[in-house]
Amino acid sequence: MIPDRTQILERLTAVGYVAEPQLAMALALMQALKRPLLLEGEAGVGKTEVAKALAAVLDAPLIRLQCYEGLDANAAVYEWDYQRQLLAIKIWESESLSAAEKERHIFDEGFLLKRPLLQAISMAQPPVLLIDEIDRADEEFEAYLLEVLSDFQVSIPELGTVTAQAIPYVVLTSNGTRELSDALRRRCLYHYVDFPNPDKELRILLARVPGIERDLAQQIVRFVQGLRKEDLQKKPGVAESLDWASALLGLGMSDLLTDMEALHESLMCLLKTQEDRAMVTIEVVERLAGKAV
Amino acid sequence: MSTTAEADNAPAGGDRVARQLIGFVRLLRDNDLPLGLRESADCLRAARQVGLDDMQSLRLAFRALLCTSRADWKRFDQLFDLYWRGHGTKVETRIAQGGGRAASRRGADTRGPRTARNSILGSARGNGLQAESSEGRRGGASEVESLARTDLRHINEPDELDRVYALSERLARQMRYRLSRRERQRRRGRRLDLRKTIHRSVPYGGTPMKLAFRARRDKPLRLVVLLDASGSMSLYSAFFLRFLRGVLDHFREAEAFVFHTRLVHISTALREKDVEKALERTALMATGWGGGTRIGDSLAAFNRHHAKSVLNSRSVVMIVSDGYDTGSPEKLGREMAQLMRRARRIVWLNPMIGWRDYAPEAGGMKAALPYVDLFAPAHNLESLAALEPYLASL
Repeated sequence: MIPDRTQILERLTAVGYVAEPQLAMALALMQALKRPLLLEGEAGVGKTEVAKALAAVLDAPLIRLQCYEGLDANAAVYEWDYQRQLLAIKIWESESLSAAEKERHIFDEGFLLKRPLLQAISMAQPPVLLIDEIDRADEEFEAYLLEVLSDFQVSIPELGTVTAQAIPYVVLTSNGTRELSDALRRRCLYHYVDFPNPDKELRILLARVPGIERDLAQQIVRFVQGLRKEDLQKKPGVAESLDWASALLGLGMSDLLTDMEALHESLMCLLKTQEDRAMVTIEVVERLAGKAV
Repeated sequence: MSTTAEADNAPAGGDRVARQLIGFVRLLRDNDLPLGLRESADCLRAARQVGLDDMQSLRLAFRALLCTSRADWKRFDQLFDLYWRGHGTKVETRIAQGGGRAASRRGADTRGPRTARNSILGSARGNGLQAESSEGRRGGASEVESLARTDLRHINEPDELDRVYALSERLARQMRYRLSRRERQRRRGRRLDLRKTIHRSVPYGGTPMKLAFRARRDKPLRLVVLLDASGSMSLYSAFFLRFLRGVLDHFREAEAFVFHTRLVHISTALREKDVEKALERTALMATGWGGGTRIGDSLAAFNRHHAKSVLNSRSVVMIVSDGYDTGSPEKLGREMAQLMRRARRIVWLNPMIGWRDYAPEAGGMKAALPYVDLFAPAHNLESLAALEPYLASL
């Protein structure tokens, strides 16, 4: 049965994540169909936050696997703790155990270092498994991951096959630095996270920045939305506007127009490349602030 | 088709509903969404649980289930309305109407008017390439050699042209082969992987009996080609399209773009198995634009929309253009600077270098030169072959 979506929405709001019905539907289907959810979108629009919020809503532990180029099974699934194994061998040298017994001890689960994937499938309560920035990992790893995600089992030659006790809720995120395989895409539910509209961004600011005045939040949202329309190399995401809002609060500004100079300098929270900084001159800031107030 | 099997799988009670759902999945499939039987089954399941009377919820559910990319995501609403608001009876005709806006990119490309291809391909004839390539090989070494030195502009006999195409494809294949051989040779030297070696020594009580070596990952060079298809290049572009096709076929990682007044990504179209069809599709994509070459704007479009996903630290960007830009040289320079930061090397192939008394005087060319790692001629096959050692040394 598909869980109630309004309830999911309410619970997401309660843990401070402002979501739209489409995302609630995706999360509901994810639970009903036991399929992974693939989130795509620009950097900083809150993809990773979805997994965190889901973990909070389900009251499940969050296990995170950060992908990078060259990520291999050792770092993602399991590894033997060989230093401790060697120590154990030295200690047992003096004892009169048979070779077979020693071997059994050495390849004991106690010496197994569980990496995120193995950790996720060996938990009794289903955790939320966040596979972050899957596009950064190599194609080979993606193929391996696909196998794990369809069978939810991992084989360890020395121990045998470990099958999932509970199927984890899997959330994958991608920034689009590489095209993902069709197989992986088809395996997953899909949700595209866009920049929020003004109304949603306002609700996010009010929910996430403690002590912010509605008036200032409104101005910030209009300013940032205006800024996104400029010809920037890297558009500021939600994370950036949250940072900026906190910065403005810290500077004691209650209105964008009070100090143009300081406002211009505080844009370091929003603009992250030299070219963008140079392009948004104080005149541009004045224009945007004028429209925002 | 698989559709009858899908219909059979549907529960007897909701037969009509199942058929409609399958029709919807088929519509999406016709619009290039990668959907299989499994997705149809999931749709039915979701529909049963969400309830059929709640259209809004169905829309949300299907979107999460069936979309696989941002492009799908953006046009899903349109397709959904097209099908369900029209009750899904005369789907075929409705797609055709929607085709102008969003539906059936594939259809538009292949079924378009045949005449259009000539504008970019010039007198290109692409029939039965396999036959020609073997013929080209039989042509004898000296003949092939002299062809390799002929300026591509001066080749206009149809079967001479065909042989040039065959040769260019072979060249691309050779380039790929030599590159990978070079890589294999380099990999002979092995490095010890200490971490793994110690790990492997565990079963032997700590004595490193089995050595582990660091395996080098096969990271082939990625080639990204931007081809100028403007009027001033038209004598060459037909030939280069063929060459590009060969490159795409034989490099594991390669992308191709054509620009003129705007930039078009042609990798998928060029990878089409049927040579004739592939060239026709690309030609269609490149036609119908206004005059003038906007190299700066095209590069800007590339930097903005494609660079992030197409370029990595092992990418060589190859720009094939004569450098006649109708846009401002400043813009071209700026975009080249940005491109340089992303790419490993920038190679600019200019067919004009092969002409006598040519100097890169054009404003655009001058502005771009400081950012180019290799500025080379590309007026005949020999000049292209000369590129290979450079690419192999990267």
